[in-house]
Amino acid sequence: MTATQPAIVNTLTTGRLPKWAPWALLAGSWVVMSAVFALMSAGGGGDFNIALAIFLGTVLFDVAIFVIAYLVEGARQAKNRLVTSLVATAFIIALLPLISLIFTVLSEGLHRFDLQFFTSSMRNVVGEGGGALHAITGTLLITGMATLISVPVGLLTAIYLVEYGRGPLARAITFFVDVMTGIPSIVAGLFAFAFFALVLQDPGIRFGFGGSVALSLLMIPVVVRSSEEMLKIVPNELREASYALGVPKWLTILKVVIPTSIAGIATGVTLAIARVIGETAPLLIISGFTASMNYDLFSDRMMTIPVFVYTQYANPGSDVQAYLDRAWAGALTLILIVMALNLIARLIARIFSPKLGR
Amino acid sequence: MTTAAPSVRAKQRPADRIFATSTVVAGSLILAALAAVAVFLIAQSIPALLVDPAELKGSPSSFWAYVAPLAFGTVWAAFLALLMALPVSLGIALFISHYAPRRVAQGLGYVIDLLAAVPSVVFGLWGIKVLAPAVTPLYTWLTENLGWIPLFTPPVSGTGRTILTVAIVLAVMIIPIITALCREIFLQTPVLHQEAALALGATRWEMIQMAVIPFGRPGIISAAMLGLGRALGETMVVAMVLSPAALITFVLTGSQNPSTIAGNIALNFPEAHGVGVNALIATGLILFLITLVINSIARIVINRRKAFSGAN
Repeated sequence: MTATQPAIVNTLTTGRLPKWAPWALLAGSWVVMSAVFALMSAGGGGDFNIALAIFLGTVLFDVAIFVIAYLVEGARQAKNRLVTSLVATAFIIALLPLISLIFTVLSEGLHRFDLQFFTSSMRNVVGEGGGALHAITGTLLITGMATLISVPVGLLTAIYLVEYGRGPLARAITFFVDVMTGIPSIVAGLFAFAFFALVLQDPGIRFGFGGSVALSLLMIPVVVRSSEEMLKIVPNELREASYALGVPKWLTILKVVIPTSIAGIATGVTLAIARVIGETAPLLIISGFTASMNYDLFSDRMMTIPVFVYTQYANPGSDVQAYLDRAWAGALTLILIVMALNLIARLIARIFSPKLGR
Repeated sequence: MTTAAPSVRAKQRPADRIFATSTVVAGSLILAALAAVAVFLIAQSIPALLVDPAELKGSPSSFWAYVAPLAFGTVWAAFLALLMALPVSLGIALFISHYAPRRVAQGLGYVIDLLAAVPSVVFGLWGIKVLAPAVTPLYTWLTENLGWIPLFTPPVSGTGRTILTVAIVLAVMIIPIITALCREIFLQTPVLHQEAALALGATRWEMIQMAVIPFGRPGIISAAMLGLGRALGETMVVAMVLSPAALITFVLTGSQNPSTIAGNIALNFPEAHGVGVNALIATGLILFLITLVINSIARIVINRRKAFSGAN
């Protein structure tokens, strides 16, 4: 008996592309474009540009998936697939510069990422050698001072907004703190310069403390926003329990509200430091640049890592490569510091946050 | 014998007063600082407006002739950056909020936030050493084949240090800002609206078109404006990548590019003296006012939205 049974047709999947189809198409497009580029670089010389190959391969995929889906699934599904692939393309486009940047900073920065770089300044150095010790101490001093200014002001403002503030003053502060997050960093530097040049009557003033003031202007709104969010999520029951025991309001805030939210506040402060530690423009204006060590925030020019990177790039001597190598090493140092701060912030949030579950 | 019970008031301790007052002072200090920024910038700008313009850099006919190319360059570069960044950011935000599997979405968000963590001076170094050489062949091709479009009028820049390169780097820098805001807004879309659209047979794109985009439109606009504000004030990339000239031109790929206010300040401030310093501060004041207006509008739109959505 060989009565041919018709194959059972799954009506849910007919007329649809199989699930693996987009992935296979994407991989296929990348391979095709890479092959084209490899042939071109083999035939016509020139370098093999992997980023461009990936990018054009993704574009090819966008077109291919639209055409194939249009033929198999119809116009509406094709449009849906096109948008899906375009959205994924956007993500890949954003990844390309990130990967390229990290790769370049690592490969170029490691040339001079040595002991000498961290143990010597640029004093009397022309050409090779030298290091960024003066810039690293400068960054630590200026950013530390900025943190000392910003954290009390920012935290007290956040407490005001959450615990005390009602009415027009609180609304004005909330609004202008938001607006302040958008102040261009160079304007903060110009303000610090204009302020101290007028107050101290020195039209060419350059000193580290001014840099701290400029950075505080950028840092305070970030601290206020993050602390405010953290204070808001402290449960009201804790405050009420404390009041019920007869504890005054200020002690309730100091002993109950802040300890409960301290992990979140510390995370916010660390992220704020990470944000301002890479600022270049304000420090270029008010702290200036120098080749020597300077431990005094209140007199003379003070170098910082971002400005170090900029000046090494912008004012090279006769041996350009030595200066560029130092610039890249400085960039690598800066990125490592920022990444470390971000990591610390996440660790603080994870380890010290109050355990609410039982 | 008291007839009416006296209303009980909490005892005001001195420590309570001191603490409350110090928080008010801290809050007011922020408002005072913002006012001080405006006051001191204005005070230091006045000499530049009163001086004989011949003493300014490049001897322009007036202070405004000095500012005009810079203001144009600032707006032009930021506009180009926004033009490139907005579609990409919308795509990424949708990808993270509605397309990526939920388990990896959070991680992808962190990856984009990494872009925001890179200091601007590193972006500048990357722009001049990696991006500019990489795009130079493309610019050559554009001027040779599309030179009849005014944007690509030859001659081409030999170094790639053009305003288009600057705009690309600026776009990369503002993508994480716009993405983060749009992502938050898209995630707030009422789930019922989305499920209703899907239940009626809409594809995912049709659902986004009908439910997510209309809901998020004000948020998208203000996110774009905040990104624009950041691009307007970005300094180091312009100072490092652009080869500047004092002129107004729309050409994207030439070697003569209008500089921006922020970039011009960073390049000239270290060597400036006398009234030159005041002129630079005056341009900074203009930049401050432009960004202040744009940020305020964006914040007002966002805040109004909060009241609508009932998210708070």
